[in-house]
Amino acid sequence: MARDTANAAGVPPWPYPVRYDSETEAEFDVLIIGGGIAGCHAAINAARAGARVAVLDKGAVIRSGSGGAGVDHWHGAVGNPCCDITPEEFSRVVDTVPFGVTTEYGNGITCYIMAKESYETLLDIEGMGARVRDTNDEFAGAGFRDDDTKLMFAYDYTGRHILRVFGWEFKPALHRELKKLGVTIFDRVMATSLLSEGGAQGARVVGATAVNVRTGEFYSFRAKATVLATAQPLRLWVFSTELQGFAAIHDDPNCAGDGCAMAWHAGGELTLMEKSAPHPGGFRYVAYGSGNSHNTWYPCSIVDADGKEVPWVDRDGGVLETVAERNRPAPGQKYFLYGGRHVREYRAPELVPDLPERLARGEFRLPLYADLPSMPPDERRAIFGLMLAQEGKCRIPVYDVYAQAGFDPEKDLLQAPVMAPDAYGPKPWWAGQPARQWRESGFLVDGGGVVFDWDLRTTLEGCYAAGVQLAGGADHSASACTGRYAGRKAAEYARTARAPAVARAQVDSEKARVYAPVNRTDGVGWKELQAGLCRVMQDYCGEYRDEKTLQLGLEWLDGIRRSELARAHARNPHELMRTLECAVRLTVGETMMHASLARRASSEGLCFKRLDYPEVDPPEWDRLVTVRRRGDAVAARDLPWDYWRRAPYSPQYADNYAAHSGREIGSEG
Amino acid sequence: MGDAYLVNNPLTPNQAIRFDAELCTSCNSCVDVCRCDVLAPSPGPGETPLLVYPDECWFCGCCVAHCPSPGAIRMEHPLCQSVGWKRKETGEHFRIGMQDPPPPNEQPPVGGWGSPSRGR
Repeated sequence: MARDTANAAGVPPWPYPVRYDSETEAEFDVLIIGGGIAGCHAAINAARAGARVAVLDKGAVIRSGSGGAGVDHWHGAVGNPCCDITPEEFSRVVDTVPFGVTTEYGNGITCYIMAKESYETLLDIEGMGARVRDTNDEFAGAGFRDDDTKLMFAYDYTGRHILRVFGWEFKPALHRELKKLGVTIFDRVMATSLLSEGGAQGARVVGATAVNVRTGEFYSFRAKATVLATAQPLRLWVFSTELQGFAAIHDDPNCAGDGCAMAWHAGGELTLMEKSAPHPGGFRYVAYGSGNSHNTWYPCSIVDADGKEVPWVDRDGGVLETVAERNRPAPGQKYFLYGGRHVREYRAPELVPDLPERLARGEFRLPLYADLPSMPPDERRAIFGLMLAQEGKCRIPVYDVYAQAGFDPEKDLLQAPVMAPDAYGPKPWWAGQPARQWRESGFLVDGGGVVFDWDLRTTLEGCYAAGVQLAGGADHSASACTGRYAGRKAAEYARTARAPAVARAQVDSEKARVYAPVNRTDGVGWKELQAGLCRVMQDYCGEYRDEKTLQLGLEWLDGIRRSELARAHARNPHELMRTLECAVRLTVGETMMHASLARRASSEGLCFKRLDYPEVDPPEWDRLVTVRRRGDAVAARDLPWDYWRRAPYSPQYADNYAAHSGREIGSEG
Repeated sequence: MGDAYLVNNPLTPNQAIRFDAELCTSCNSCVDVCRCDVLAPSPGPGETPLLVYPDECWFCGCCVAHCPSPGAIRMEHPLCQSVGWKRKETGEHFRIGMQDPPPPNEQPPVGGWGSPSRGR
């Protein structure tokens, strides 16, 4: 396949050698697909367990992944010396309501793993050279700092289970550790399929195929164990490059759902794929970059256009008179959780929840502003100087850019987006107001992913998963902790696993599929494909769904696969990556429609409305619906929503952890 | 008078980032860290990397932060996503990109800019 890489006059040639012909074969004990937070921790821990490990990433591991650009606060650190919450106590939150309550905690398995290993993980990262404490004593004496350990707490200064950290430094530290441990890093390499023993659907996973997104080189990897760590599918509904950048949302634009699609084709089981929620996509304001009191901005005071302060209230609606009370549990409450609106036991202080009604009747006037100047100096500096400088996509885009533009947190009120009154509910305001058909299924709404067990194994032998790849989502800390755990389990499995035997026919057929778009001389571009499949999702898998429209949607996606995708054309390896992502999203969209068909009831927790089954959360549907391929058909099955504490598992978290965590209990720490 | 020339219809109104050719050392650090691979390496000494896919930028700012030559890359938020602020004492309104902006606020973040990160 000799190719002319020179172009029309004035346009430089493709800057990398083009090697569509070349195939590299390699074998590892553990192959990690996705080098974000979960993937890096998995690789490090598999390597420490003695495995030969490789990591693949479409980007560059030094900064790739949803958490690669930083993190400002670290959840579930109940093991820190200033916190007296037990892992068992902490994990009860996910047992209160079906389908997971917030993105921070995931399900019972991920939440307990986080509670057991979160602080230990942080100490591990500290040992790699990143900072997790106020070692410069910038906050000596502050209410959110323990002066002995120099740990800094976020949100709940009494419960002290969330730590403020210098997360901007984490990813380069993980990258250095990978190199130190001799992990083989494949930057700019996109996995395209899982390889199965004998090429048979549902069989043990024995490696993966991949393609280099700069050179086009093909790879076939044999591995005794494989870890999927590609986060959740994003941008299924909204695509808007021509307006303001296709990726101005929070989540990594490389998250097409590669792991879900690969697991699906290999016969693996997915769940929660029917879950989605409204999301403004690329129309969102700069993440964390407009006036707010949420997340990174907690507990900032909010004032209206006339300078009138919006009150904060406790979990029962009692008005809080001081700023300090916003970081304290209510009388009789041991600790509170931040992120999502919890049941009363865990509910955090918040702005008056009826703010939409108060705005509508004129009690407050738009626009609203974050009143940093009125905040106590330590809190102001913690919000703007610490949290915003460490959180992903904030250090340069917000801290640096705003400061250079003259924004001064001691003097200036940062404006919140101007929206309809009903948009000022308990959700963060920097997102702006989405249209009803613009939805998101990934990280922000703890959406679908692979079914997994207490070994963090998928339903396929030899195939583990970590981070947001796990159905039900989780946050940066949970991704790190499940990465460690999955790395240990994959290495443990690899120690006794048979040599991986790859079926050549499966590799050859995948190779033909992967290169088809570059072997055409003309055809449909990836942006056309992406925009088209988003429109199908908006129309047929939007806020309201029913049997007829979902079936029609499946016909549309299948039609695009057979017609436009079959004529797709990519002019270089970069466009090839984007085109292959469109194929991933087509598959993921289909799994979402299959899952939506299988759930014949509406659900508030899943933000799921069936026009033909309008009853909301009937008790018999308090269960997970799973989907998987069986031949060319689709098989659906039920799982208890809290399967992690049902047979064959123990109702006690500690028993399950002791039996599955891959470490000797009593020796951790 | 300005020039007039024919170009392919640009895909987006936003540049995402801009290079300063005087300050850029053509080291390609930005190309190496970009998760979305929106940049192509500098074609040669004295030339900046090429912003090939500005509409695929995630606005994470890592290219700016990893640049060893402060000021060689500047992030530009899309105009349609610009936010504003109000000076509490005077009631004046400001925004990013305005004419005659207030002077920059030079306070470094908690813990300093560090390395790799832009130094000031």
